[in-house]
Amino acid sequence: MTSPAPAAPGLKPFAAMLRREFAGYFRTPLAYVFLAVFNAFAVSLAFFVGGLYESGVASLDRFFLYHPWLWAFLAPAAGARLWAEERRQGTLELLLTWPITVWQAALGKFLAAWLFLACALLMTLPVAFTVGWLGDPDWGVIVSGYAGSLLCAGACLGVAAVASALTRSQVIAFVTGFLGCFLLVLVGYGVFDELLAGLFGPAGIDEIRRLGLWRNLEPFTLGLVDVRPIAYFLSVAFAGLGLSTIIIERR
Amino acid sequence: MPLIEAKHLSKSYGALRAVHDVSFSVDRGEVVGFLGPNGAGKSTTMKMLTGHLRADAGAALIAGLDVAEEAVQAKQRLGYSPEGAPAYGEMTVREFLRFAADLRGLADPAGSVRRTLTLCRLEEVAAQGIDTLSKGYRMRVGFAQAVLHDPEALILDEPTDGLDPNQKHEVRRILKEMATTKAVIVSTHILEEVGELCTRVILIAKGEIRCDESREKFLARGTDPNAVFRRLTA
Repeated sequence: MTSPAPAAPGLKPFAAMLRREFAGYFRTPLAYVFLAVFNAFAVSLAFFVGGLYESGVASLDRFFLYHPWLWAFLAPAAGARLWAEERRQGTLELLLTWPITVWQAALGKFLAAWLFLACALLMTLPVAFTVGWLGDPDWGVIVSGYAGSLLCAGACLGVAAVASALTRSQVIAFVTGFLGCFLLVLVGYGVFDELLAGLFGPAGIDEIRRLGLWRNLEPFTLGLVDVRPIAYFLSVAFAGLGLSTIIIERR
Repeated sequence: MPLIEAKHLSKSYGALRAVHDVSFSVDRGEVVGFLGPNGAGKSTTMKMLTGHLRADAGAALIAGLDVAEEAVQAKQRLGYSPEGAPAYGEMTVREFLRFAADLRGLADPAGSVRRTLTLCRLEEVAAQGIDTLSKGYRMRVGFAQAVLHDPEALILDEPTDGLDPNQKHEVRRILKEMATTKAVIVSTHILEEVGELCTRVILIAKGEIRCDESREKFLARGTDPNAVFRRLTA
């Protein structure tokens, strides 16, 4: 005979996973380096490259303009450890023999990483307050810009999760994740215009650009909250999450 | 019903046949020494029993639950320490065990962690980072997470590997204490372990079971267990 069945674990394993992963970022100095680098770049790109101050307009669109680049670089840096570290330490074998489904574990990891990126983003709020102090910005537009940036971070994290699931090296995970995100940034910038016009015709260019990060972030920075870009970012995020989970399940 | 059951398990890595048609069952109170040379398929079999690897054919059951079909329920009744006792090195021993307890959804996680720290004599290093521990302590941490939830089925892949004689003795002592209420599989290539710890021996070579018998019968095969081992695995 068997002893009575253990109580159904419900959401406990998922919550434990989320907590451990989020706290995990702060166990090493990496988190603080990350937060500092993110802030330094976000602010200096907006002021020195984007000319936020010189523009004389109380708006953050020049600040958000560079966020696809920032996330393309920093989301893979934060997401590289998701699975690669488990593989390297051998703890993946442990985790997968504990009573948690791969989906629960993957979602816990992903949301913890996203939450960490949200912390980085929230630390830039003084930029918004500065604009508020200097002028009279439309706060609705600023809120929608932040929401768009956070969604964009999730999409980059989706790409990073796939890269991390494929390797045991965090460095390889970071580089491949960055390349994937970099491609999604470039697609919106018109550098491929001539090539794409040759391949798909002028109308095709616009369709292709819709697949890029920037084109989908732009409406948010103008205060236009639309279903399509939201669906785009969430699709990329959850496609990445799903694919990484399948890769781990089939290891 | 046996607590651990392998039913015609097979696994290949490409052209390499790692495990072929392996069947056995382990009941409560049994401590099975799982022997075999390196590369014989010991770890592969254990990985299939614990649900880490999917078998190409056959099934693995823990307390009658299929580890592939009813994975979460089966894994709640199972304790497993993989080879090398991996753990999250950046966590302290207590944090790591607490995480394992929370993840398992134990009713009294703090109490379980406290009892396990005492049982495995880990109290004095409880606040230390796992990365900073000696190999002996790290192996014990791996063991501790496997017994944390007092599982009915316990599978340990080389739990005494790399330990000094005192540490080996200690792990065997704890195992013996617990064995009466559990089904235990211990993989090893240290033959003295058979005499000291096991009630039964399963010997595997080239992915197939070569013998499955009581300790007494196995030890009666010859005066030198090493010679017996070489003969059976040839």
